[in-house]
Parts: sequence; structure tokens; C-alpha cells
Amino acid sequence: MVTKKEIKQSFFIALWFMVLTFPLMVIKVNTIKNIVVFRWTNLIWVGIVGFLASLIWNYFLRMKDEKKKADTKDNIPIVHRLLQNEKFRIPFLAAIGIFALVYPFVFPMYHTSIMISALVYVMLGLGLNIVVGLAGLLDLGYVAFYAVGAYAYALLNLHFGISFWVVLPIAALLGTIFGTLLGYPVLRLRGDYLAIVTLGFGEIIRIVLENWDELGNGPRGIGNIPSPSFFGHQFNQHNSVIYIYFIVIALVLLTIFFVNRLENSRIGRAWIALRDDEIACQAMGIDKFKTKLTAFALGATWAALGGVVFAAKTSFINPMSFTIWESITILCVVVIGGMGSAIGVIAGALVLILLPEYLRAVAEYRMLVFGALQVVVMVFKPEGLIQGVRKIYKFKKVEE
Amino acid sequence: MEPILNVKNLTMNFGGLKALDTVNLTVEKGQIAALIGPNGAGKTTFFNCITGIYEPSEGLVEITPPGKPTQKLNGLKTNYVTERGLARTFQNIRLFEGMTVLENVMIGRHCRLKSGIIKAMLRTSSQKDEEKQAVYDSYEILEKIGLDQYVDEMAVNLPYGAQRRLEIARALATDPFLLLLDEPAAGMNPQETKELDELIVWLRDNENVSILLIEHDMKLVMSLSDNIHVVDYGKKIAEGTPEEVKSNPEVIKAYLGDESEDA
Amino acid sequence: MRKLNILLGVAIAGIAGFFGIKEIIADPVYFLELVLGGLTRGSIYALIALGYTMVYGIIQLINFAHGEIYMIGAMTALIVASVLGLWGWNSGVIVFLAFAFAILYSCAYGFTVEKIAYKPLRNAPRLSALISAIGMSLFLQNYVMLAQTPEFMPFESLIPDFQFWEPFAHIITAVEMSIIVTTVIVMILLGMLIKFTKIGKAMRATAQDKVMASLVGINVNRVISTTFVVGSATAAIGGVLIACHVGQVNFFIGFLAGIKAFIAAVLGGIGSVPGAVLGSLVLGISESMFTGYFWSEYEDVFAFTILVIILIFRPSGILGKDETSKV
Repeated sequence: MVTKKEIKQSFFIALWFMVLTFPLMVIKVNTIKNIVVFRWTNLIWVGIVGFLASLIWNYFLRMKDEKKKADTKDNIPIVHRLLQNEKFRIPFLAAIGIFALVYPFVFPMYHTSIMISALVYVMLGLGLNIVVGLAGLLDLGYVAFYAVGAYAYALLNLHFGISFWVVLPIAALLGTIFGTLLGYPVLRLRGDYLAIVTLGFGEIIRIVLENWDELGNGPRGIGNIPSPSFFGHQFNQHNSVIYIYFIVIALVLLTIFFVNRLENSRIGRAWIALRDDEIACQAMGIDKFKTKLTAFALGATWAALGGVVFAAKTSFINPMSFTIWESITILCVVVIGGMGSAIGVIAGALVLILLPEYLRAVAEYRMLVFGALQVVVMVFKPEGLIQGVRKIYKFKKVEE
Repeated sequence: MEPILNVKNLTMNFGGLKALDTVNLTVEKGQIAALIGPNGAGKTTFFNCITGIYEPSEGLVEITPPGKPTQKLNGLKTNYVTERGLARTFQNIRLFEGMTVLENVMIGRHCRLKSGIIKAMLRTSSQKDEEKQAVYDSYEILEKIGLDQYVDEMAVNLPYGAQRRLEIARALATDPFLLLLDEPAAGMNPQETKELDELIVWLRDNENVSILLIEHDMKLVMSLSDNIHVVDYGKKIAEGTPEEVKSNPEVIKAYLGDESEDA
Repeated sequence: MRKLNILLGVAIAGIAGFFGIKEIIADPVYFLELVLGGLTRGSIYALIALGYTMVYGIIQLINFAHGEIYMIGAMTALIVASVLGLWGWNSGVIVFLAFAFAILYSCAYGFTVEKIAYKPLRNAPRLSALISAIGMSLFLQNYVMLAQTPEFMPFESLIPDFQFWEPFAHIITAVEMSIIVTTVIVMILLGMLIKFTKIGKAMRATAQDKVMASLVGINVNRVISTTFVVGSATAAIGGVLIACHVGQVNFFIGFLAGIKAFIAAVLGGIGSVPGAVLGSLVLGISESMFTGYFWSEYEDVFAFTILVIILIFRPSGILGKDETSKV
């Protein structure tokens, strides 16, 4: 367990953090009123938290080393084991299905609305998972394609009165086109440059939207975006939320369905191989550039779809919804949930989006915690909350 | 005998350093050829130049796939070289760690399959058939190489010798006519090396592939090879049967150092 | 292809040059102001870009949290200066202590960030370290926001308007001049550090080959820590100077400045110290020209466009060397 040496070390680390955080945590200046407040209690908190964090950190670091030495036998996450268990799978999925079905009728509209947001993040997360989790391309401008979808619906509807259902495929196509256009020049770059360039692209789209008044009213945005109709029938506000909820559920199911198929196809395998080792991958006859481009464009397609739903749900969009923070939030969903793991991403989206909504007290610490979690997950559990598992082929039964 | 790989005056410069200097080399159909030389002689660079990982500064690389016309490989990207029937393994094992053994081999099948994204999403019948065939073929290769007991293991969890063999299995899955093996026996124990020896001969006799290998294990090289090429400091210094090479004074000098100088 | 690129470049430069000369003749003072403004901006970029380029040179990682180190430097200076100011200390002492604490604290943060977020990931895939860096950046920003305030805080200039500078002050202010002079001094000192000291030599050796460096007895961990500390120190100086220049700081200033500085480092050739300086000056001046003569609202778009163009046509930057991946 914890040795004396570790306690001593943690004590000094706690001291170090107390010194380190002193100016920012303890002193608070108000340069307008010229007041300085010293918040000494914060110092004590930093000391305690620093001490405990250091102990825990060291403990986990040691555990990680020991695990590495012992054996890397893959421990399949419990969720997967349950899902592979035939007896359990059907009741489990049925329970989730029934819950999803009755949810909007049991809970008030407010909760349905929050659930819609979370489900949109599930879609976006699954889309980004193709890019980051499967193909290993760090895309920090994912929100740009989300904006493309949202603005496509808002503008096409505003100018041509095109309905939600018609825009959906158009926006998907636009997402693919934008993804390909951006991917074409930048995917030849080394991986870490890609992160910066996509980040830049995301910002460019936002700045252009903010300054180009003729396109989308600049920062004032576009309002009165109609919610989707049902064969020409327009619902009242309450029913419309429920309707959108089911549309999102359907889209999420569709996404899971497609992503699952892709993951275990020729292209999906190529993505993962590319993530693991680019040179070996090329030596196996895989076109690196083309494979990256398909992942990037497909991810963009899903972001655009998510954008359309977002615009339809909020009925008002402006560039402020598409900042870099949105991209980072989606990235957190994928990273913390589990890169390359669809179940992980779904769980990640639900936890990371729903929790701050209901725990209002901690909502302002949301981004702080996200940042810290990203570091912690990468250091201790790079596979995320729920690790992905590879398909086991059942060919022996067929052949023998 | 017909040549299937023909390399003429291959030169590779890294800045001012000549890693390869006008190397000529031919591999004939059905041959097991070896490329040997002291550390840093430029052997792996030679492989990298042929397979398009580096673009050679000068020289010509030509292949003649069985039953097909001669074609030039210079300037082709790695994946196209593989598509044309040259497959390789790596000195430092480069398996896809996040995948099972079977999937690693299926990656090798990639360039022989066709289904794209749309087909995969819709799971058309042609895609399903193709996948089934790919699984079947890959399993068959694993059986041949003797790795079928590991099928569903993650590649990282394999013992070392098995990982080396999996590299060969993966390369074989690309349907090559020439296999380039970069130190396949490195780090193997004598038993594993012996099995590897048998495997390579078996591949040549039954799978219709020729083999060019880089190897430091001289016992293996001498027992296996039909023809040996020796390079030192980027230059080719000798070529011939194992006996010829063994008795070549240039080769002895390269390996043992110039004794007259030391004395 | 290459010839076409050169031709294209010359054509663009020609058109820009023709247009430029016309503008310059029309209003030479404005042009001079823009150049000096760009130089100031470029100097700040250079102070930040050094940290990026040195860290990248040694561990091939984009240290996303570097911009935050710069912000923490500015914040610390603000806090120290405000407290001491309220206590009625002498302004000369305040300037000295504000700079000293800013540098000290930035170094401490840089050092700690490396130990927490990067050191455990030294042998992990690059993607992991990069995500960890983004997480660190996000954490530090929000930490400062929550510990202090999300609002902009006014920053009283620590640098006085020197009397002797009065005649030139309408073209370049004393603060701007101080920025340029300080940057030049820092660059010279840094150049000497890298070139002549033992730790500088160890840094260069580690950048070339980590394994080899450790074999000849260099403590690689210490070299990496030192690199972070040195980079943080120059970033802190940049942070304090820019705060004096702009007159306000908040938790978010590090984000954009960090990215711009990174672009400058790439422009100059990432991993190269003179490259980072050159790239920063080029980016600073061209940005200044662009906003001065064209659209000021698209300033950031311009910088990103430069980045994309550079990465596509000359990814090794102005002074960088081409590299071939090892197999």
C-alpha cells in the first residue's frame, strides 16, 4: 500500500502546489475598486487536495506499471460481456428501448429537451469517433461541419422554404463535400499539424459567419427556423419536442447501425490499421490518403446531420453556438468515453452532457473537469471509460 | 530462369551520405535470395527504396510479375508497390496492435478486396460474400503459417516468434509474387529459427513466391539461399552461391575488418 | 510543380508589391506605423513561439498549454503589481518584482505541466500526448477563470512613458519600443544559452537523438524539464509585455496568442530557434499590413490561411530542414 516515502513525497508535492497556486487562488484583486482580498481557506484546500491527489496519482501510476508487467491479457469491459451474453442481451436492450420510448411521455418537456441535446452529442460523438477514435486523426474543427449543417437548414429554409426532411440529405451531402474539400489539402500533413489546421478551419468558419452579414445576419443569427413537419402536419410546441426526440432517436439508431457495420468492414479495418501504424499499413497495400479522406468526410457528414437537428430543435442559430469549445466538448465525449468504442462514446455523451445539466452547482466547473479528465484518461486509461472490443469472427462453425 | 526483380544502379543519398551506391541486384523466379552485410550497410534502406518508402535518388527498379509485362516501380507509392505483388515484413515488428490476429491478416487482403463505404453501410450481398471469402482466405493463411490457434487473440499478446510469423502471414495475404523479409529470424531461439527455415522453403515450393531476405543469422542464410548478395557501406561487394560468398576475400574483409590494417 | 509554385509566389509578390508601393507613397507614415506595429506584434509572437519550437524540437509535441503559461505570466504580474501598488511600494521595485514573479511562476507552471501531463506519456502514441496537452490547456484556462474572474481586468502599464522618447512617441510608443528591445535582448541571451552553455549543448544533443544523448550521460529528463522552463520564461516575458501594451488581461488571452505563435513557429520551421524568430516577425508584419490595408475583421482568418498555405507548399517552413521518417 502506501509507503512512508510516498507520504513524505506527497506532503512536499502538496506544499509545492500551495506555493504554485498562491497568487491565483489566494489573492483576488479588484483593479477597478482597488481592493485586494486574501482567501486563505483556499490555500488549505489546495494543500489537502494536492496531498490526496498526489497519493492517488502515485498509486495509480504504480498500478499501471504493475499491470503492464504482469500481463496485457485484455480484460473485456463488463458492458461488452453482458452484451455478448445472449440471455442478458435481449432484456437489456428491450429495457433501454422501452425507457427511450416512454421517456418523453413520462418526463416533462424540459427533460425531453435536454435529452435531445444529449442525443445530438451522441450522434456527433459517434461521427467524431470515426475520425479520432478509428482513424486516429485529431480533428479540432469538427464544429465547423456542425455549423455547415445548421446553417444549411436555416438558410435553405429561409430563402427557399425547403423542409427539414429534404434538407437532411442535402446537408449530409454538403458535409461530405466540405469534409472532402478541407481534407484534401490537409490530410497529407503530419498528424499533429492536422489538429492545428482543423482548429484554424473551425475558427475561420465561425469568423466568416460572424462578419458576413448578408449570409446569416452575422452575430444576430437566424431565427424562426421551423421544426420538422410530419407529412405536412405541423405539431404544436410540446408535441414538436417529442417528435424531434423521436427523430433524434431514429438518427442515433441509424448512426449506431451504420458505424457498427463500417467498423467491421474493409474500410473500417483500414482506418484502425492506419491509426496503429501508418507505414505498415501502406506496406499492406492501403492507400493512406484515400483512407484518411473517407474517415474525415464521413465524420463531417455526421456533424452536418447533427447540425440540421440542432437548428430544428433550437429554432434559432448564431455563430456563438459553433465555437472551439463545442469542438472540444465533442472531443471530450469521444476521448473520455473511449476512443474507437461506440458504446463508450454513447455513455460518454450521456454522462458528460446530462450530468452538468442536472448538477447545476457544478456546471461552472464543467470545462475544468473535462480538461482534467482528458489528462487523467490519457495517462491512466487511454482506452477510455469503456474500451472497444474487436469482432470475433465465427467462421470455424461455418467451415468445419 | 527468368528475373522477376531487376534493380539497376540503385543509389540513395541522405544529404551528403550515400546510403546506397549503384547497387545492382536481380532475383529470379522461384529463388530464395539473401541480402547480407554488416550493420548499417544499407540493407533496410535497399528494401525501403524498392517498396517506395524512400524514393531512390538514382537507378531503376523493375519487376516482371509472372505472366505479366515488365514494369518500373520507381516513384510509386508503397501501397501501389504492394498491389503490384511485392510484400514485405519489418525488422522491428510492426503489427496492428489494436486488432486480432485474424484481422491483421485481413488487412493484408485489403488491396485484393473492393467493397467501399456505401456497400459496407448497406451490407450488400456482394460485400457479404467478399467479407466471408476474406475471412476464409485469411484463416487458411494462418493455418498454413501455423498460427491458427491464435486467431482471436489480440496481436500484441502473441509470443515473439509468433509475432514474426504473423508478419509473414500478413504479407502473404497480399498475394505477392516476391516476399521481402527484413531479418525474419531476429530474436528467435534456435527452435523457432529452424521452423522459420522450413516455413520459408515451404512458401517457395508451395505458394509460388520468390523470396529476398535480409538476415544476420549466417547459418540460416547459408542453408536457405540459392543466391547471396553482399553489401558493405552502401556498395555491393559480392554475389554468388553460399560457397562462393563464403570464400570471397572481399566478404571476409567486410565482416572481419581489414586484418592487414589492424596488424 | 515546384516551378509553378515559385512562379505563383513571384506573381503574388509582384502584385502585392505594386499595390504596396502605391499605398506607401500615398501615406509613408502610416506604412511605417504598420511596420513597427507588426514588429511589436512579431516580437511577442517570437517570445511565445520559442517555447513551442524548443519543446517540439525535443519531444515532438505541440504543447497546447503553452499559451496558458503565457497567460499565467501576465496574470501573475497583474496580481503582484496590484498588491504591491496598493501597499504603496516604489514603482521601480514593482516593475522588477512583477517581472520576476511572472517569470518564476510561469516556469513553475511549465515545469509542473510537463511532469503531470507529458512525462507519463513519453512513450505513448503521439495522439495521446496531444489530447493530454489539449486537456491541460482547457484545465488551466478554466482554473484561472474560476480562481479569478471571467472578465477582462485592466492592467496598468508597468513601463513608464520615458521622457527621452517623447519626440518619437507619435510613431512608436515607449511600450512598443520596450517590447522590441526586450525581445532582442532575450533572443541574444537565449542564443548564447543554447550555443555556449553545457545545458544548451545537452538540449541540442537531445533534440537530435534522445537515446544517444542518454547513452553519453545526458540526463534527458532534466533537459526536457529545462526546455519547458526556459520556454515558459520567455513566454512569461511576452505575457507581461503584451499586458502592458494592451492594458488588459483575462483568462482567455493565451489561446489565440498561443495559436498565432505556433503558426509563426511553423512558418519559420518548427524545431528551429532562429526560424521561430523569423517566422514571428514575418507573421507579425504581414498581419499588421493585412489588417491595415485590407480587412481588420479577418485578421485571424489571415493567420490561419498562412498556416494552411505554408503547410501545404512548404511544411518544413522557411528555415526548417526536410525530414524523412525512419523505418
